[in-house]
Amino acid sequence: MNTTLLRRSLREPRMRIGLVLTGLILLVIVVGPLIAPHAHSDIVGAPYAPSSATALLGTDYLGEDVLSRVLAGGQSIVWISFVGTLVGVTAGAVIGMTAAYSGGVMDELLMRAMDVLRAFPPLVLILLLMAMAGADTALMPLIVAIAWLPQVARVAYGAAREVVSREFVESAETLGAPRLRIVRREILPNVMTPLMVEFGLRLTWSIGVVTAMSFLGVGLQPPAADWGLMIKENYQGLALQPWGVVVPVLCVALFTFGTNLITEGFARTVARVSPQEGHS
Amino acid sequence: MTAVTVSGLRIDLDGRGVDVVDCVDFTIRAGEVLGLVGESGSGKTTVGLALLGDARRGARIVGGCVLIDGQDIVGLGPDELTSLRGSTVAYVPQDPSMALNPALRLGTQLHELFEFHQREVPAGQRDERIRTTLREVGLDSDDAFLDRFPHQLSGGQQQRITLALAFVLRPRVIVLDEPTTGLDVTTQALVLRTIRELCAAHQVAALYVTHDMAVVADLADRILVMYAGRVVESGAITQIFDKPVHPYTRALLAAVPVVSQRRELVAIPGDTPSPGRRPTGCAFHPRCSEAVPECATAVLEPIEVGDGHSVRCIRAEPLAAGPARATARTAAPREDIGDDVLLRVSRLDAFHGKKQILHDVSLDLASRECLALVGESGCGKTTLARSIIGLHHKHSGGILFRDNEMAIRARDRPLAMRRAVQYIFQSPYNSLNPRRTIGETLREPLKVLFSMPTAKATAAISETLERVSLAPSMASSYPNQLSGGERQRVAIARALVCRPEVLICDEITSALDVSVQASIVRLLRRLQDEEGLALLFVTHNLALVRTVADRVIAMREGRLVETGRVDDVLDRPRDPFTQKLIAATPEFRAASAPVPSREDHS
Repeated sequence: MNTTLLRRSLREPRMRIGLVLTGLILLVIVVGPLIAPHAHSDIVGAPYAPSSATALLGTDYLGEDVLSRVLAGGQSIVWISFVGTLVGVTAGAVIGMTAAYSGGVMDELLMRAMDVLRAFPPLVLILLLMAMAGADTALMPLIVAIAWLPQVARVAYGAAREVVSREFVESAETLGAPRLRIVRREILPNVMTPLMVEFGLRLTWSIGVVTAMSFLGVGLQPPAADWGLMIKENYQGLALQPWGVVVPVLCVALFTFGTNLITEGFARTVARVSPQEGHS
Repeated sequence: MTAVTVSGLRIDLDGRGVDVVDCVDFTIRAGEVLGLVGESGSGKTTVGLALLGDARRGARIVGGCVLIDGQDIVGLGPDELTSLRGSTVAYVPQDPSMALNPALRLGTQLHELFEFHQREVPAGQRDERIRTTLREVGLDSDDAFLDRFPHQLSGGQQQRITLALAFVLRPRVIVLDEPTTGLDVTTQALVLRTIRELCAAHQVAALYVTHDMAVVADLADRILVMYAGRVVESGAITQIFDKPVHPYTRALLAAVPVVSQRRELVAIPGDTPSPGRRPTGCAFHPRCSEAVPECATAVLEPIEVGDGHSVRCIRAEPLAAGPARATARTAAPREDIGDDVLLRVSRLDAFHGKKQILHDVSLDLASRECLALVGESGCGKTTLARSIIGLHHKHSGGILFRDNEMAIRARDRPLAMRRAVQYIFQSPYNSLNPRRTIGETLREPLKVLFSMPTAKATAAISETLERVSLAPSMASSYPNQLSGGERQRVAIARALVCRPEVLICDEITSALDVSVQASIVRLLRRLQDEEGLALLFVTHNLALVRTVADRVIAMREGRLVETGRVDDVLDRPRDPFTQKLIAATPEFRAASAPVPSREDHS
């Protein structure tokens, strides 16, 4: 049933635009490093040099080629935000559904723990965890995941609460099916739709947050090529050589815009379909 | 005096040119109650709403006229309709708990009506009218009662308040949309009597919309039977019940169980077609036992077969001339009940929180037996059933299967016990996972209880679907592609794949139409005969008990009040509660005896 939902959401114009934009950025990220004219940390000219034949978009604060760094600098953002969101949404969903299905003490323990996490604004939480982790890039997805955990758990909990009291869940209980099986086979399919919307939303935010982390200096460290890092490195030369900032900003903007449109398109399709669900 | 005249009414679905109802003609005299009977999808509620000048979202009144006191209300503007509704035409909804504003006191809600419709009535008179009306509907009329909020009333009281709201402005016409569906039979009997008395006393024309033939038999003066958006038969109450002519009316009557007689229920094959998928000619012909080839093409006009008795069927005259109705076949009570006790409940006390729901309940279920558990809502019958299957955990006392203690939680019970006892839920709309196909739903018990490999399970599923008269190809459908009756068959199939010995059925037909109920009951009977199942049949419907059960247990407030063979208990009830329950169950005589007067029931 989710496949028909996906097919239906493809008719949504914002979904199509979102797919094109996201596809474009993903293309840059995948193919970019292969066609980059220089290695991302090669010095090719004077700092903040304007566009030339060797550096089409000029050079950055160290004299590295902006184009090459842009082409190479998307990978970290994409994999950190994607893996982080995936882990966060999966873990959050498991926590939320377990709490909703178990009820009682388990419910209280899990959800109150989530409330404590939720008391921190996500960015503050990330900065805190990052400081504790010592700016280790490999840990970044995990930190993003933890930041989204409480919100996702709350969404999954709300959706699952409605499902757990339905009779088909009780029917599985009369069979004595293991709890995990009931969660996976009876509850999960019924909370999949809000979770997919939640995934899109968190992915969009993750991209912004990962960029912000690099910009604030707690994410990737030089000489790595990364869009967030590039903005941080070059913003002081904005008047001299705008491309070093404008192009990575544009990339991040298009990427978030694209994923956001996809999420919007999907959520709208769900909203349009769901009133008839169970009857149409 | 005629209060309502409806002629040529046609209501279409917007922009599709598909009619929901068409060619609806009827009149209601002042003080008369007209029963509008039909199954789900027949368009009966649509007709009811048309008397208020309303069509539900996506539908529109496109033809005909609705005259209320000589004024055509079709095409009136929103302001005129607003002043009409509530004052001239009142409406009593199906679910009072949804219709009453939970934030307003009852007094406020009643006073509000005068504010909207009859501002000229001085305050003193308003108060007087409100208190009189409350007494008329059988409620208290003191200030303490008027200060209450809707949630402080019982379901029956809430429905009386909606009656009071409808009658307080002395309307000319009142539309009642299945107002007793959610009520217990004893409460229902009282509400029906109130409706009848108020309509007669105030000369109000009433349209009573219902799916329940037995209810209108007690209440209405005349009856319209609707099928697929057409009135197929209309006539006085005696004509409809004693000399029904249209094959659909006959089939409907044959599908209704009665308390007085163990009847063989006859199901109508097939499903009610939805608007836009209705067959040409007579919409009933594919399901009709009397159909001739012309039925598929005929243009149908109502044919008068008696004084005020008209039938929309091309074969009306030969059918009317024939025998009145095939006499309802009486089903023989089953004899081959085993004498070994399969399931034994002994001295069971159950609690919800601190409240004790069941008090010292004991019962035995023999193999191949059908034991009915009847009682009003809240009497604990569902809690008892859920305790047996292991869904309700707060209880003490013994539940034994073949003399082995059953653990409190289903999960802690041995595999064989979980296979042998199966449960079917009340609502087939809720008991099937909407995100999984029928095949996946049926495979679940085979995987969990039998660890059966997929290929073998698929074969077992096809076979089981055939046993409940469904096509094996249905395994790839999702529940929302199925009708209510088909869903309940799937739920039964889910229990049957486990090869159970005991089936616990919790009100399994209460969400279904009567013709579908008949087919489900027949299916259960067949399964019982073929496979020797023992059934614990939980229901509030005594008429159904007579048809399906061998023994019956009546419950009241968590205690067993009477136990015995069905025929003994229903013919000679000893406990006052059982007597009251039987008396309150609406009933129509299967033969040509007059419709029982209400005095018989009180």
